[in-house]
Amino acid sequence: MPVNPELQGRQYPPTAPYLVGREKVREFARAVQATHPEHLDVEAARAAGHADVIAPPTFPIVIQELTLRQLLDDETAGVDFTRVVHGDQRFTAIRPIVAGDELTAQLTVTSVKSLGGNDMVTSESVITDAHGEHVVTATSTLVVRGEA
Amino acid sequence: MSEMAPLDGMPPMDSAHELGELEVGTVVTERDVTLTRDSLVRYAGASGDFNPIHYRDDVAAAVGLPGVLAHGMLTMGAAVQPVVDWAGPSRILDYQVRFTRPVVVDPETGAQLHVVATVGRVDEASARIDLTVTVDGKTVLGKAQVVVATGR
Repeated sequence: MPVNPELQGRQYPPTAPYLVGREKVREFARAVQATHPEHLDVEAARAAGHADVIAPPTFPIVIQELTLRQLLDDETAGVDFTRVVHGDQRFTAIRPIVAGDELTAQLTVTSVKSLGGNDMVTSESVITDAHGEHVVTATSTLVVRGEA
Repeated sequence: MSEMAPLDGMPPMDSAHELGELEVGTVVTERDVTLTRDSLVRYAGASGDFNPIHYRDDVAAAVGLPGVLAHGMLTMGAAVQPVVDWAGPSRILDYQVRFTRPVVVDPETGAQLHVVATVGRVDEASARIDLTVTVDGKTVLGKAQVVVATGR
């Protein structure tokens, strides 16, 4: 099934709150080989003015993934997971994510294009904290390979 | 000891430190990053991305890949670390990449990323740092750009 051409502009409901745990931040930081103390050491993070350890720049993918799952699970979208390749990724931060943040994300499909037999689906997931303040926007382009 | 000491004896870096006068074309930092199969398993667990092409040779082969691949998001996440260490994590405003070439991770030797971070543009309160990320001399990330705040 091809990508639904009317997908552009579609918005999904906000995801359930995700509580960012201190050990999750450290686990993720070690996995991306982050060594900066503000990701690992609470005292260093506090000395820099943060309430707790802060997450590496690509950590928002963990929350964004919950929204991409909504898109991939939506049968009317026609984005076939088995033919999807990650094309581009971008994070635009208002502030770093801090352990203790409770975050929700809402995805909007911003563009659907066909290029060389493939469909390119670009979506923006706006991630907000428990006060409704914008923390970071995660933007992905998924390339859906054409059926051979 | 309740808190972890900084790793590898890295000096604690103050996010408020001055980045100094930046000039377009200056290399601000450079690093080799090794990704092994262990790194992929660790990233799978930390990120929740358990796609088996990132840890099973048989599955990778069955879908026509040249080998087990690093998660694109692991390559992206590791490649920015030299800039995080240089600028301080609070200064990272925007980070984007295009995944242009898969990174094959050999079961014995892994894969070595070479990251070079160069000043691409200087604005009033921020600078764009361009990353060149190569494996065996071949670029694996395109348009890899980090915008860092340069004001105090």
